[in-house]
Amino acid sequence: MRKHRALYLMMLPGLLYLLINNYLPLMGLVIAFKKLDFSKGILASDWCGLKNFAYLFNTSDALLITRNTICYNLVFITVNNILALTAAILLNEIRRKNALKVYQSVILIPNLISMVIVSYLVLAFLSTENGFLNKSVLPLFGQEPISWYSSPKYWPFILVFINAWKNAGFLTVIYYAGILGISGEIYEAARIDGASKTRQVFSVTLPQLKPLVTMMVLLFVGKIFFSDFGLFYQVPLDSGALYDVTNVIDTYVYHALIQVGDISMSSAAGFYQSVVGFIFVLISNLIVKRINPENALF
Amino acid sequence: MRLNRREEGVGWRMSAYVYLSVLTALCVLPVVLLMASSVTDETAIVRDGYSFIPKKLGYSAYDYLLREKWTLIRSYMVSIFVTVVGTSSGILIMSMLAYPLSRLRLPYRKGFLFYVVFTMLMNGGLVPYYILYTQVFHIKNTILALIIPNLLANGFNILLLKSFFQGSVPEEIIESARIDGVGDFRMLFSIIFPLATPVLATVALLQGIAYWNDWFNGLIFLTNPKLYSIQNLLNRILLDVQFLTSSNLDPMAAAQAANLPSVTIRMAIAVLGVLPMLIAYPFFQKKFVRGIAMGSVKG
Repeated sequence: MRKHRALYLMMLPGLLYLLINNYLPLMGLVIAFKKLDFSKGILASDWCGLKNFAYLFNTSDALLITRNTICYNLVFITVNNILALTAAILLNEIRRKNALKVYQSVILIPNLISMVIVSYLVLAFLSTENGFLNKSVLPLFGQEPISWYSSPKYWPFILVFINAWKNAGFLTVIYYAGILGISGEIYEAARIDGASKTRQVFSVTLPQLKPLVTMMVLLFVGKIFFSDFGLFYQVPLDSGALYDVTNVIDTYVYHALIQVGDISMSSAAGFYQSVVGFIFVLISNLIVKRINPENALF
Repeated sequence: MRLNRREEGVGWRMSAYVYLSVLTALCVLPVVLLMASSVTDETAIVRDGYSFIPKKLGYSAYDYLLREKWTLIRSYMVSIFVTVVGTSSGILIMSMLAYPLSRLRLPYRKGFLFYVVFTMLMNGGLVPYYILYTQVFHIKNTILALIIPNLLANGFNILLLKSFFQGSVPEEIIESARIDGVGDFRMLFSIIFPLATPVLATVALLQGIAYWNDWFNGLIFLTNPKLYSIQNLLNRILLDVQFLTSSNLDPMAAAQAANLPSVTIRMAIAVLGVLPMLIAYPFFQKKFVRGIAMGSVKG
């Protein structure tokens, strides 16, 4: 022990930070079972059992935000993976170094842009009075302008599109790196056996990528109870008319806590998210561990 | 009819160029629309909407922003300060945590490792986090609100550093330095750090981008506009274009608000928000692509 004193000392700032930033809030989850009274402090506030949860699950919101969170994530996972796999396989067909470099770096640009700026980009297209769609595209087809920010029916598509726009490039680069890692000998053997290009993609590339794709999908499934707050809050400009299709657990907790100041409701929803989210992480990690122990988190 | 080999290869290559060109175009077009709109005349936009080709050039939005430059400069300063301080102290604390975790003979190593990994599995969520930082640590409306919550935001980066220290720093170097009486701190800073520059740079890059783009902490912890980072400023203006003038106590402000080019100004300020990242991107592009690939495909 003494011999390693310097090493332990070295870890101290990091360990303390995680204690404050990650472990104390975990203990703070008990707030969901309390009637919080700031004059008494968090620890001394009265317990109220499951009352906060009873409130939450008596509203129709609980079902809505659960459904939205999970369904959006499932669609995101599917769409992004299809787009990224196709792009990665096709990137591998490009032989010109320059073109390859341009494609690879440009598809990552959306990933570097913050959600606030994405909201401005979306506004330029969708603004009711001045948007590109209402002023330039719809008139071409003789359509009336649409009030996008108050028409819920379009938003599931818009959100899936924006999510893919922002994140598919990232996934493409990951899959492309995976393809580059496939040994050239396998392709060589396939060619000698007379496999066509198409055959090579389906019988070599895709099967070789399967472990990586499985891993990425499981990683996303582990986060299925969480959403990108900016995408659901910022991009629809927090428009109340759209809540039915934009409200997810993260935005619900934020509204209840910051805008309404309803701690019992928001802490119950937060607890629900933490615990169910944790279960998803455990399950996905368990599966990862069975497939490839090296990639498991623990 | 069966295609012959060569025709098939050409077919694949053609579809590759088409598909990827469409994707790349989709990635940049929104940014082009933003930029074109920001230099279009205000009345032209009111008439024809935002468009890719300015029918009439106009720079009133930028003129206006130039007059309000101090608000912008202050926000840039906040963003730069937060990014530099947050990234460098984050890297320091993360490597100091990762290095001991990479020493396989450290007693209780597994326990400490799990302590780090567990933070990636479960978190307390917004409510306890918000209450802790506002009621116990009182960081509301301080610059710390933009730095502290993101410091070691991602346990993943700690593991990335740990596995690099573990796999790519030869054990013999460490052993021979130890025999020469080099202590652990000096070992980390003067022997490991120079060897680990590539991974340190990658982690710093990812952390730096996260700091520069963060607006959430500002949204929940800041009400004082003086502390707004560029992202928070953009966030406020998105919902309230008048904010630029109202934050300014200048007696002329009211007069200025009357002829605010409110339609183009939104786009102009978003351009100023995104430009630093786009200008810097070519310089770190290679490292960024490699960082992403490194994080997912081990080895």
